Amino acid sequence: MCLGVPGKVIEIEKNVAKVEVGGFLRDISLDLCPDVSIGEYVLIHTGFAIQKVDEKEAEETLDLLKKMAEAV
Amino acid sequence: MPEEKILLAHGSGGKLSHDLIQQIFLPQFLNPILEPLDDSAKITNWEGSIAFTTDSYVVNPIFFPGGDIGKLAVCGTVNDLSMIGAAPAYLSLSLIIEEGFSFELLKQIISSIHQVAEQAGVNIVTGDTKVVEHGAADQLFINTSGIGWIRPGINLSGVNAKPGDKILLSGHLGDHEMAVLSQREGFKFQGELKSDCAPLNDLVGKMLNACPSIRCMRDPTRGGLATTLNEIAWMSNVGIVIEEEEIPVQESVRGISELLGLDPLYLANEGKLIAICPPNEEVHLLDVMRNHPLGRDAEIIGRVTEENRKRVILHTLIGGHRILDRLTGGQYPRIC
Amino acid sequence: MKFIDEFRDKEIAESLIHRIQKTSTHSIQLMEVCGTHTVSIFRYGIRGILPEYIKLISGPGCPVCVTPNGDIDLAIALSRQEEVIITTFGDMMRVPGSTSSLQKEKAEGRDIRIIYSSLEALKIAKEHPEKKVVFLAIGFETTSPTIAVAILRAKEEKLHNLFFLNSQKRVPPALVALLQSKRVKIDGFILPGHVSTIIGTNPYQFIAKEFGRPAVITGFEPLDILQGIWMLIKQIEENRAAVEIQYRRVVHEEGNPVALKKIDEVFEKDEGRWRGLGLIPDSGYCFKESYKEMDVRNFEVEVEPPQEHPECLCGEVLQGIKSPLECLLFKKVCHPENPIGPCMVSIEGTCFTYFKFY
Repeated sequence: MCLGVPGKVIEIEKNVAKVEVGGFLRDISLDLCPDVSIGEYVLIHTGFAIQKVDEKEAEETLDLLKKMAEAV
Repeated sequence: MPEEKILLAHGSGGKLSHDLIQQIFLPQFLNPILEPLDDSAKITNWEGSIAFTTDSYVVNPIFFPGGDIGKLAVCGTVNDLSMIGAAPAYLSLSLIIEEGFSFELLKQIISSIHQVAEQAGVNIVTGDTKVVEHGAADQLFINTSGIGWIRPGINLSGVNAKPGDKILLSGHLGDHEMAVLSQREGFKFQGELKSDCAPLNDLVGKMLNACPSIRCMRDPTRGGLATTLNEIAWMSNVGIVIEEEEIPVQESVRGISELLGLDPLYLANEGKLIAICPPNEEVHLLDVMRNHPLGRDAEIIGRVTEENRKRVILHTLIGGHRILDRLTGGQYPRIC
Repeated sequence: MKFIDEFRDKEIAESLIHRIQKTSTHSIQLMEVCGTHTVSIFRYGIRGILPEYIKLISGPGCPVCVTPNGDIDLAIALSRQEEVIITTFGDMMRVPGSTSSLQKEKAEGRDIRIIYSSLEALKIAKEHPEKKVVFLAIGFETTSPTIAVAILRAKEEKLHNLFFLNSQKRVPPALVALLQSKRVKIDGFILPGHVSTIIGTNPYQFIAKEFGRPAVITGFEPLDILQGIWMLIKQIEENRAAVEIQYRRVVHEEGNPVALKKIDEVFEKDEGRWRGLGLIPDSGYCFKESYKEMDVRNFEVEVEPPQEHPECLCGEVLQGIKSPLECLLFKKVCHPENPIGPCMVSIEGTCFTYFKFY
């Protein structure tokens, strides 16, 4: 469990964000993830943002994986 | 006409039925075969083998981005004829209308049918209209049957695939089903997501001219690409392998699919085809397809194999593989 | 799509497999707990590209699969009441209860609606004040906060016609039960990435500290899963046992405190009934006093005692003790078009996955 997809925050109005996933726009509740700004990415599950996507961590993970790939 | 809504009397065969035909249908569909308005159409220029098909259309909502139930009804039947190698010629058009349906909407749908029939070069030569009580039908159901002449020297069938053959797909998967779903559910997009609903007979004609030895063509409608390929694998008793990397899917369709937990390989398409051709013909065929507006995003997606007969195997993006089954019982959006 | 496509890179995947092959020297059995991992592993064909001596077994992390028959029967009985609208996530539609399923009931004309979010149940309740709207609250800790939000809003807005059939489960207690039962050999755990987004790392510490097994909180893209497996193998080879995070871009040690607070406002821990595993202490939730009026189990409904097919092996399959191939019903009677047990219905179900391979 469970399906969660990263999407980009395009607009925010009170506790609802317009989030974009591959061009598909959804209204997502920010009740569980209130501290979010436009341009940031959030993890979406059943119409809610459940966590911010930490772009720095994502980059670091990918860098590590790429280095591992080169070393092999 | 004074009425704004369809009444039961419009389906009764009396004056209102007559008016409906004269004022709404005839002006859009007039052609020499239809004109006598006899009980049956007479088709006298008969030579060779004919293909004959029928389909009913019950899509909800009846209007969606990129089309409507009328356009779908013509394209569906034109495409079924094309897939067997026939040049579609004549269609019947049968309407079952719910009492209270708006005239304006009916006119729009008839006009849509006219436009796409003209585009496809087919004529509506016979028809029927019934009206049922409110609640007995969901707005409008359409049935179209069609005939066309099978091009001489062409033999297309799901039983023809042979090991070594190549498989081509004419473009992006899932546009139609996602366009209808978005309309129904009120989904929004940056940019447009439209149904791919289109008549494929012109594209098919060009493909057959370039490569008369094409073994089989199918349009992956309900059940999607995966179901269609399974049907062929069964009918021809062969294995099929396809490459996930090569399968085109638009970003927006990918976006909704990821979010709702749907698989594009099982989504319905109404303006796409797969073609199976002998080895060494696929590059030329791809070129012909890409030169046509309905084949711009065509790809070679796989091949027919000796092993794993009756099975369809997908080579995944990361080099693994999985078995692609037919669609069982419909896809529901999931949260898990 | 950002944060998705980069984690599906073929070359990096191949190099990770290579590393896994070089690093591992033992024959090991890893349990992937979460149903979404089962699906991802199947979708990308990961089992087939791992070395043979690394076995992945599916755990009970499919909330559809572990929903007791009785809960489905209750949902069906409720749907047969004129004034009830059932709202549910799509996953539950085809799960067989004792004698029927929601899909079959819908075909009979019952008002059963598929929704994508708990907030839609709220919306439907507002639009139909004359009806009783029941939401099937099924899921793990990823979904529980979203259900809590819906409940809190319903209370705030004084909505009196929204009810919840609470069948939520908590993952860590189920892992305790699995480890205590010792019926299945588990050398390491691939822990659920999204559940962990909410609960963080603390609830899993017992896996390493008390049972000496490594555990890695893993994401769902193929590179996440392969990296998670590699991290587990590394621990095993180095004779370590710790709870590590692979899915760093969304999982933090403290989880999501806002979400945890919402759960805490509405629910308290309770025993949970898991199909196949039975009653597990603390593995479910019950409503706190102020929200008990929304519990649909207060309704007067006649439900027949649940029945399960005597030959159905779902229970043991869910624990990783038996394989679907050992079930007498598998393929002969039980298949996706006629599922006898939930393991065949759910796309995450082990039996469904096996059906595709064999």
